[in-house]
Amino acid sequence: MNMRMSAGGLTERSLEIIRELKDLEGPMLPILHAIQDEFGHVPEEVKPLIASELNLSRAEVHGVVTFYHDFRAAPAGRHVLKLCRAEACQAMGSDQLGDRARQFLGIDFHQTTLDGAVTLEPVFCLGLCACAPAAMLDGEVYGRVDEHCLSDIVAEARR
Amino acid sequence: MTVTIFVPRDAAALAVGADKVARAIATQIEIRGLDARIVRNGSRGMFWLEPLVEVSTERGRVAYGQVKASDVEDLFDAGFLSGSDHPLCLGLTEEIPFLRQQTRLTFARCGITDPLSLDDYRHFEGLKGLEKVVKMAPLDIVREVTDSGLRGRGGAGFPTGIKWKTVLDAAGPQKYIVCNADEGDSATFADRMIMEGDPFVLIEGMAISGIATGATKGYVYIRSEYPHAIAVMRQAVELARKAGILGATVLGSAHAFDMEIRSGAGAYVCGEETSLLNSLEGKRGIVRAKPPLPALQGFLGQPTVVNNVMSLASVPVIMDRGAAFYRDFGMGRSRGTIPIQIAGNVKHGGLYETAFGLSLGEIVDRIGGGTATGRPVKAVQVGGPLGAYFPRALFDTPFDYEAFAARDGLIGHAGITVFDDTVDMLKQARFAMEFCAVESCGKCTPCRIGSTRGVETADRIMAGIEPEKNKALLADLCNTMKFGSLCALGGFTPYPVMSAMNHFPEDFAPVPMVEAAE
Ligand SMILES: Cc1cc2nc3c(=O)[nH]c(=O)nc-3n(C[C@H](O)[C@H](O)[C@H](O)COP(=O)(O)O)c2cc1C
Ligand code: SF4
Ligand code: FES
Repeated sequence: MNMRMSAGGLTERSLEIIRELKDLEGPMLPILHAIQDEFGHVPEEVKPLIASELNLSRAEVHGVVTFYHDFRAAPAGRHVLKLCRAEACQAMGSDQLGDRARQFLGIDFHQTTLDGAVTLEPVFCLGLCACAPAAMLDGEVYGRVDEHCLSDIVAEARR
Repeated sequence: MTVTIFVPRDAAALAVGADKVARAIATQIEIRGLDARIVRNGSRGMFWLEPLVEVSTERGRVAYGQVKASDVEDLFDAGFLSGSDHPLCLGLTEEIPFLRQQTRLTFARCGITDPLSLDDYRHFEGLKGLEKVVKMAPLDIVREVTDSGLRGRGGAGFPTGIKWKTVLDAAGPQKYIVCNADEGDSATFADRMIMEGDPFVLIEGMAISGIATGATKGYVYIRSEYPHAIAVMRQAVELARKAGILGATVLGSAHAFDMEIRSGAGAYVCGEETSLLNSLEGKRGIVRAKPPLPALQGFLGQPTVVNNVMSLASVPVIMDRGAAFYRDFGMGRSRGTIPIQIAGNVKHGGLYETAFGLSLGEIVDRIGGGTATGRPVKAVQVGGPLGAYFPRALFDTPFDYEAFAARDGLIGHAGITVFDDTVDMLKQARFAMEFCAVESCGKCTPCRIGSTRGVETADRIMAGIEPEKNKALLADLCNTMKFGSLCALGGFTPYPVMSAMNHFPEDFAPVPMVEAAE
């Protein structure tokens, strides 16, 4: 992610992405994923570009972006820690684990630590339910997460 | 001769250290100059044993588990390349009771093969169904699937053959096969396992579905929480294209079929088929009113088959072995096998494919082995966040669509979450409402507003505020949601809530007021 990208650079790169994908059937989600992969979030300035390239209104694009939990309006911390909050993980103590995570990080769910290192997010099932409780740090998955393992993950993210 | 060592690449195995184990094994092979290779297979589905490492021997594959990276040197010292004994040795994999007692039809190859090896796939009966299908008339293919009794494994249990017939009969310039791989239910991972462990079987199933209905284009909509499955499926599609399984001439026939992998964006409701279609089209994932059926006006308004991963992945074996073979398994109107996923607080968590008809008690106590904590089982939730909580008193319920419906429950995608006696069922009921509030698509008021009111009402019961009145209010809310919701998110959230309240009334009783002594 290039945080210091100039406005012109952002427009140019966004248009490249949009034009590469716009001929797909139903190109919107692939475009939004690609934009977020590139910039770490879906910048406000990109929405009108998508709208004009796909022949939609800006409101429509905005509506789609805000509907989905995945798309961010602002960049996340350097790492994103997702803790599973769904039932199978609850049965194995994910609520307590969530409390510990909040303590370790000094933040609540949906927040980012002050040093910008970690964003903590809930997730509802990672499909690792037979190895509960489960977590994901960036793309890496963790199962049978206990307090010890959690503090290792947090330390890893803080480095 | 080169010895083959299997270390799963399944996400759940990775989550408990399989990559580290594989690296440690590679290091030992290197240091010791041994003639051995590592294959990254799918999971056998015995997750309490993961990472489960297997070694191929003359006697068959020998299993070791749970293997930690720090165990690896010791395993080599003990001679595990020849399948020798060791405290972690579990004997022949196929003889482990959890696996031996299963009937693996859909999961026949999962955990056995290299998921991305087409040679393995062919060697273990892959493509036999499709090879037959390319020579058959569409109507005959559809009839075979109908005769097999296969019902949709995504939750609703609708007969797959009948859905296909509707699409076959529908006219349209372009028909589509859309595979629902949104698998959002807690305690479910069968779709994930097959996509990561045997992706070609899904591709084969989709190609068959395309030829049967006249659809030439397919999409797999995979939830974004499954990055490993997305990656494997993308690679598998590439390989299938290169091998001529997908493309302008499927297996050299006159049929065309190609497919694309799409990623969801973190919305549970997009598992609902019409919401999924909106999402695939690039819109908000709002549920559409039916009619029109997706079979007639689905993706981009064209006739579309929407099927769950398991439904499609069960088709190749049906076409290969015949409808009667498949139909002979099961009970009542639930035919064939069902991959039961056992999770949560359970000793032997994993995937258990078996004919319909086992009792819930057998599944939880005998196969699952009771709780992981060793405490008594208090409740099990069957069918994900929209499924009912069952008390032990209902453990005689057979695993069958109709039997579960008769007890105000549902099988759903066949996930079972086990809870021990420390669970607070009022809290679980509250969570069901909260989940509905977070994931509601917002189209209907009972779901959007009712779920939030439900959370507040549960909170008041928890706080001991007018409990009787608030319990009645909660039941009333459930009734409104059940009958006033367009889809099963709002319509079925009452299942977990009401079952918790009806079967575990003690958890909804007013908390004895603690005198403020502190
Ligand atoms: C809220 C909601 C979520 C659903 N999630 C899924 C899902 O994740 N996977 C799935 O296959 N079906 C899901 N369904 C069921 C689908 O709407 C649909 O019935 C299914 O994809 C049809 O395929 P099948 O006939 O092969 O089961 C969901 C339904 C609802 C109401
Ligand atoms: S019940 Fe809920 S999720 Fe389903 S259509 Fe209505 S508002 Fe949307
Ligand atoms: S419920 Fe936590 S991973 Fe599925």
